[in-house]
Amino acid sequence: MKVKDLVSIINGKLLHKNINLNREIKGGCGADLMSDVLASIQPEAVLLTGLCNPQVIRTAQMADVAAVVFVRGKQPPKETIQLAEEEGIPLITSPYGMFELCGRLYQAGLDSLEQPVVDCSCDD
Amino acid sequence: MDEGTPRPLERVVTDRDAESITRVEELAYDLRIAEVMSRDAKFVVTDMKMGDVLELFRQLRISGSPVLDGDKLVGIVSMEDLIRCLRDDELDAPVSKYMTTTLITVRSTDSVIEALKLFVNTRVGRLPVVAEDGKLIGILTKGDITRGLLRALQQDYQTEEIRKYRASHLFEDIESDRTSLILRYNIKQGDFTRGGTASSHIKRALVRLGASPLIARRCGIAIYEAEMNLIIHTTNGGVIRVEIEPHQITIDVTDTGPGIKDIDEAMRPGYSTATEAIRELGFGAGMGLVNISRCVDQMKLESVFGQGTRLRMRMFLKPEDTFGEGPTSGKDTAHEPATNH
Repeated sequence: MKVKDLVSIINGKLLHKNINLNREIKGGCGADLMSDVLASIQPEAVLLTGLCNPQVIRTAQMADVAAVVFVRGKQPPKETIQLAEEEGIPLITSPYGMFELCGRLYQAGLDSLEQPVVDCSCDD
Repeated sequence: MDEGTPRPLERVVTDRDAESITRVEELAYDLRIAEVMSRDAKFVVTDMKMGDVLELFRQLRISGSPVLDGDKLVGIVSMEDLIRCLRDDELDAPVSKYMTTTLITVRSTDSVIEALKLFVNTRVGRLPVVAEDGKLIGILTKGDITRGLLRALQQDYQTEEIRKYRASHLFEDIESDRTSLILRYNIKQGDFTRGGTASSHIKRALVRLGASPLIARRCGIAIYEAEMNLIIHTTNGGVIRVEIEPHQITIDVTDTGPGIKDIDEAMRPGYSTATEAIRELGFGAGMGLVNISRCVDQMKLESVFGQGTRLRMRMFLKPEDTFGEGPTSGKDTAHEPATNH
């Protein structure tokens, strides 16, 4: 799936202009905890998140994320947009919630690029 | 012959070829119209005779021109309008009679992609470029865009490729018994906005030095987690030191406190001392150190509570991944593989 296909499926809005619409997206990952993203995401995935700070972009850059989508119509602060524009990371906002976005993309044939995190005991 | 000419550029060109189409598209978004338009736009005025327009077009070898009334843009006159005028045999008529007044303009601050869309969607051959106040400041043709894109592509390509070329040959060009490159970054406590800048610089440096995408990614993630730890957990921030050698990368992250009480506990997945505020930023899930240990080949965490922490991470590069020995190096002066350390 290409970035432009993604944008139309999720009814998305591009948040800056330095976006290559033909970039290939190999799968998806949805998370709000950046360490979870770093631990589980495979390269060239789209990251669906509700977190809007610049760390999302840094995380995306480190983990070779192909595009970042903000859920529930969230509008990130300008530092986040600026950083994404500089780094050429596609930034998209979609009116749908996380659950619906995952569903729409999965239905459109996008696979999960989330790997299980080893024996994570989430008891804290 | 020419020793100064970087030979392997040819090989790099082939690599780039595959990407060039999408890069051009990217550039069309990057470039502003102001960067590619012709600034000395020729224009005609409303009361000029069509006959004079014909003469002007012939002399300047142009096929269209904006029409001004005072300093106001009021229309555009093109070859097509001239043909209509010739058909009516009215070369003495003023420009205002034959010019096209439906104006399609672009702003100098728009990106080139906007102009490209207009060229595709309308049949116009040229677009007047106006400033914020509507005044004409230039003219844009498809030829201007092509030239601008080629220029930008060339520049873009040269700077990054030359950087990569220079960097990736660093280890080949310098002879020593053991060469290493050391990068140091000072990380400030609490500086969330800039958090990740050092990791980003390190990842880029590794790529320029010729690291494989997988190695660059693993180092990037590990260092990013460590960088965020310095920002979140330390009293005075700390230092990241990366030593790059042809066969290995050693990363030391040190700080002066507060130190970790129980290292085994800190290494447990999900264990975290982060505050609610940190968690809201998307960190503090207790996965940082676990992530690091999964990304690097060797990890050593030492800490004295009340004094500080030192985290040492190592990546051992496989023979095909080592720096300074690209796939093309079939030289007989092969570098010695790493001996044990």
